[in-house]
Amino acid sequence: MSEPRATSDLVEIPDDDYGDIPRETLIGLYHHVRLARELELRLVSLFKQSKVVGGLYPGYGHEATTVGSAFALGPGDVLLPLHRDLGAQIARGQPLKYIFAQYMGKATSPTGGKDGNVHLANPELGIVGCISHIGAMLPVAVGISYAGRVLGRTVVTMSYIGDGGSSIGEVHEALNFAAVLDIPFILVVENNRFAYSTPVNRQYRCEHISDRAAGYGISGVRVDGNNILAVYAAARRAAERGRRGEGPTMLECETMRMMGHSVHDPAQYVPRELIEEGRRRDPVARYERYLLRHGVLHEADVPAWTERVAGEIDAAVTWAEQSPMPEPAEAARGVYAEGGSGRTLGGGV
Amino acid sequence: MTVPARTYIEAIREGLRGEMRRDRRVVCLGEDIGAYGGAFKVTEGLLEEFGEARVLDTPMAESSIVGMAIGMALRGLRPVAEMQFADFISLAFNQLVNNAGTLHYRFGFKVPMVVRCPSGGGVHGGPFHSQNIEAYFFHAPGLKIVAPATAYDARGLMVSAIRDDNPVLYLEHKFLYRRVRDEVPEADFSVPLGQAAVRRPGRHLTLVGYGSTVAMALEAAQTLAAEGVEAEVIDLRSLVPMDLDTVMQSVRRTHRVVVAHEDRRRGGVGAEIAAEIAEHALEYLDAPVGRVAALDTPVPFSPPLEEFYLPNAAKVLEVARNTARY
Repeated sequence: MSEPRATSDLVEIPDDDYGDIPRETLIGLYHHVRLARELELRLVSLFKQSKVVGGLYPGYGHEATTVGSAFALGPGDVLLPLHRDLGAQIARGQPLKYIFAQYMGKATSPTGGKDGNVHLANPELGIVGCISHIGAMLPVAVGISYAGRVLGRTVVTMSYIGDGGSSIGEVHEALNFAAVLDIPFILVVENNRFAYSTPVNRQYRCEHISDRAAGYGISGVRVDGNNILAVYAAARRAAERGRRGEGPTMLECETMRMMGHSVHDPAQYVPRELIEEGRRRDPVARYERYLLRHGVLHEADVPAWTERVAGEIDAAVTWAEQSPMPEPAEAARGVYAEGGSGRTLGGGV
Repeated sequence: MTVPARTYIEAIREGLRGEMRRDRRVVCLGEDIGAYGGAFKVTEGLLEEFGEARVLDTPMAESSIVGMAIGMALRGLRPVAEMQFADFISLAFNQLVNNAGTLHYRFGFKVPMVVRCPSGGGVHGGPFHSQNIEAYFFHAPGLKIVAPATAYDARGLMVSAIRDDNPVLYLEHKFLYRRVRDEVPEADFSVPLGQAAVRRPGRHLTLVGYGSTVAMALEAAQTLAAEGVEAEVIDLRSLVPMDLDTVMQSVRRTHRVVVAHEDRRRGGVGAEIAAEIAEHALEYLDAPVGRVAALDTPVPFSPPLEEFYLPNAAKVLEVARNTARY
């Protein structure tokens, strides 16, 4: 049995301490952070055209957190995103066309229209979709990692919680399980200041949620969640720690929810100055400025990227719009796995 | 082939041990299941044989035990989670109903996991250690539920539950643990899910039960036989999927039926069986469907109160006599 850890290592990553990130990764992050932004703007537009079925919970403003964290995972790792984490889904390789088909309730979506919006999975890519009960995926993540250990393969799992979700009991349960079992689990806390309409001061009394990590004897890290390289670097470190057998990490990303809880929420309860501050800290523009400043990207390249991202989104939307709706009788099928019908993450043993 | 007598609890353990030997993906998890061998000693000896990675003592948190089992199943294991008492499964309701039960429907994942639920009363456990929990989950899509009444079935259904690709609630009755003993082969065997057993043939009346009420029905049938009423006793063994064909065939021959379960009456599994019979075999009935169940109260603690609350052979007999005479 391992000894309890005395303290957590609360780390703020300084602005330029990103380690040695290759150019290819820097560009990959740029591509996906732009895709994440445009994907959601397109979804909002489709929602307004009544082409999106049901609700929409934009992660506009979270792109650095979602893309930066998920980008740090390796091929055999598993992602369990939450409802504002489309950026994490695409960073993991979830095809854009599946996302649009899912929002439109099409037969071609990964759930065949049986579930909607961000509740989508992709076993081949190591993505398990969430249920709407916030926190419920965290013990599942611990179990996935644990199974890897039994099967002799290290599986880092990454899941998400918001500042609101941090109040849910299962967060404590899962972190405690992961801690005592030394599970390579990364909990990304998207602290975006509001849980629906409830501000953070009605959610917790400690200074930072990541301060709680010390109480679990795990690593607690806090980063600027609008700085994609800080998020990526911290998530990489957390994954490496996990692979070395040093257990879970609570990675708090400080960001700002830039739209309402959902598109039907005008968020009038959010003070103007917070929104303005969020705009100044915009993660997409900020990363673009960084790449230009460091000569990774040139002004002349930007329009081509804009065109490429729009083209990818257009193609995916067209594919989804042309996809058929599901056959009604499909509603009655597939409740149980029968005759070896079910899929397993990573292809099983 | 030797066919030794085994207690119900030994049969559960042998089912677990056999599957763990056969398949390294089978992993047990729960509170105090390791060195201590579980609150009821079901998992005794498994830690020594299979090691602590496969017999995992967890922190105390039922929701995460089930949630973790879901994750293990998704990644290719066949976890068997123990609820120390079935009552505590209320804490894992969300994981079972919303998460495990929907994963195949939504994403096509198979979720091969078993949740062992030491269930039922008669052991003076009071309101929180004696409940029957099947009705809560009987309503939920995507879950299977089994309830063995014999040692043979306890092992055979354990084997099938572990090999099934879906989440299965395995209701093991605490009262039966050391009171039921029957012949269980040494050789590998299984009892398929969704297949009822006719425990006693009869032509005048059908008694349908599962778990603890099977023995009550058999006892009542013996008394009825002395009175000239030959009751057929059906042990459902599995609630989801349920073998309604066997029930209907029997009802169409006997024209009278009594459903007995230990769980509370209102909204219980018996209500569903009665409704199915009303819908599919009404014209064969010569009497209303009789029901025997516990009171719609919490499970009381003191022996005379608990006895009054629970069904027993005498209560089954009384309802059966009324149904036979109707």
